[in-house]
Amino acid sequence: MIRTIAEINEKIKQGRAVVLTAEEIIDIAREKGTKKAAEEVDVVTTGTFGPMCSSGAYFNIGHSKPRIKLGGGRVYLNDVPAYAGLAAVDIFLGANALPDDDPRNRVHPGEFNYGGGHVIEELVAGRDIRLVVSAYGTDCYPRKKLETWINLADLNEAVLFNIRNAYQNYNVACNLSDKAIYTYMGVLRPNLGNVNYCSAGQLSPLLNDPYYQTIGIGSKIFLGGGVGFIAWQGTQHNPDVPRTEKGVPKRSAGTLAVIGDLKQMSPKYLVGTSMLGYGCTLTVGVGVPIPILSEEILEYTSVSDEDIQAAVIDYSEAYPQQKPDILAEVSYAELKSGKVKIQDKEIPTASLSSYPRAVEIATTLKEWILRGKFLLTQPVAPLPGVESGDVFKPLKERPLEE
Amino acid sequence: MAVSKRIVLHFPKRLVDRPIVYHLIKDYNLEFNILKASVTPEEEGVMVLELKGEQQDYDQGIRYLTEAGVKIQSLSQDIIRNEERCTHCGACLTICPTAAFELDLKTRQVNFDDEKCIACGLCIKACPPRAMEVHF
Repeated sequence: MIRTIAEINEKIKQGRAVVLTAEEIIDIAREKGTKKAAEEVDVVTTGTFGPMCSSGAYFNIGHSKPRIKLGGGRVYLNDVPAYAGLAAVDIFLGANALPDDDPRNRVHPGEFNYGGGHVIEELVAGRDIRLVVSAYGTDCYPRKKLETWINLADLNEAVLFNIRNAYQNYNVACNLSDKAIYTYMGVLRPNLGNVNYCSAGQLSPLLNDPYYQTIGIGSKIFLGGGVGFIAWQGTQHNPDVPRTEKGVPKRSAGTLAVIGDLKQMSPKYLVGTSMLGYGCTLTVGVGVPIPILSEEILEYTSVSDEDIQAAVIDYSEAYPQQKPDILAEVSYAELKSGKVKIQDKEIPTASLSSYPRAVEIATTLKEWILRGKFLLTQPVAPLPGVESGDVFKPLKERPLEE
Repeated sequence: MAVSKRIVLHFPKRLVDRPIVYHLIKDYNLEFNILKASVTPEEEGVMVLELKGEQQDYDQGIRYLTEAGVKIQSLSQDIIRNEERCTHCGACLTICPTAAFELDLKTRQVNFDDEKCIACGLCIKACPPRAMEVHF
């Protein structure tokens, strides 16, 4: 062990920490070798900015006069239903929530121009949002209807709580059928017309710490333009997947559940997103600092796009029908070149995850640390590792009838 | 000197059943390619045309259209990218049939060349942050 997090934080407070982004470390490690680089570099920052569907926020709106119980009632924010199964004035809004009937969504492929993710973006941008409630009146909460403008600044709590973010690698999607398909991986043209991927690759947080040695529950992170924390492993966290010799997962593996105060975040890093023919979501900016505690950890952060492989999967048949077939394994270097070769064809590629914005995030986090504004935290518990036995299982369907 | 321009024509109701484009060809010797047409009886019509010909003929053809009451707009003004909303994800790259979007391999940012744009509109709905806007 070269240094501890406490030692790193001391250096940060004194303005002496050496911090590089996960992109910058690649060349440094190559030039100086991992041993020397590990001795010199204290922190490597990572970043990613992509659509992350299992995102949402909870709010406490404060009590009206007379009081009203949102819990158990029906609550709408700009016509988008929020979850009201909690206490009187606590609600949860998911990024994928859709208006009950948006005529623009009725005919396939629906436009999905507005949903939960867009409401969250507008709230963070400081815009007024319409809250409409119909409630079950009780003796203590007698009011049955409420219609009011609300604003982020007036809410008691507004907490971003994303139960699955920052996927460690993901599928690469294509379409083998003869009709265009509309998926959460974008519009996929027929007959292998295009191939879409969604990962920051060499900048991606968990791909830079593939065995979760430094990133854990309680890690302080960049989230949505402000500060957040890792609250838990994300849903579908699946550490035990095939990996390369360097330990990099070749399939989608780990995930993070993250939390943070929405009031200090920015709409630049929480963007309401529409996927044609699929639905609404939220594009989230996440950045995780990796403390260089050992040479081994530095080596993992020097992973580059050519070291990271992903599986190309057909989203017209194989994916929806839960068939395990893959067409090919390609590296992110190949994907980012703009073309990949599959079945002797040259296929154009496109990303759904913004690499330039991921660079901005990793760079911003680096600047926060260099300026002494951001100290690293010691995780309070590790994320389940490869030996934990945590597996992303499919649903075992048990029909209700005899 | 030969010119080639893409224009958007707005036909008021009263002109919709008059053979305007026919005259552009016959009287002004212009080659035309219809990129998009939305013309219904009793309603305003919209047509996106690519016109090719000698500069003189083109100018006279445009004057004819204007005098006939057709509103003309250069096409490149019609599809715009809202730079505040664009996140440079790149989803548009493989959707555009004319490769009007190009990835800068160095900065990984997406450049939009509105000269190549034919206003087909595929990118409008395919753009996840809805950064592409049409103003016809």
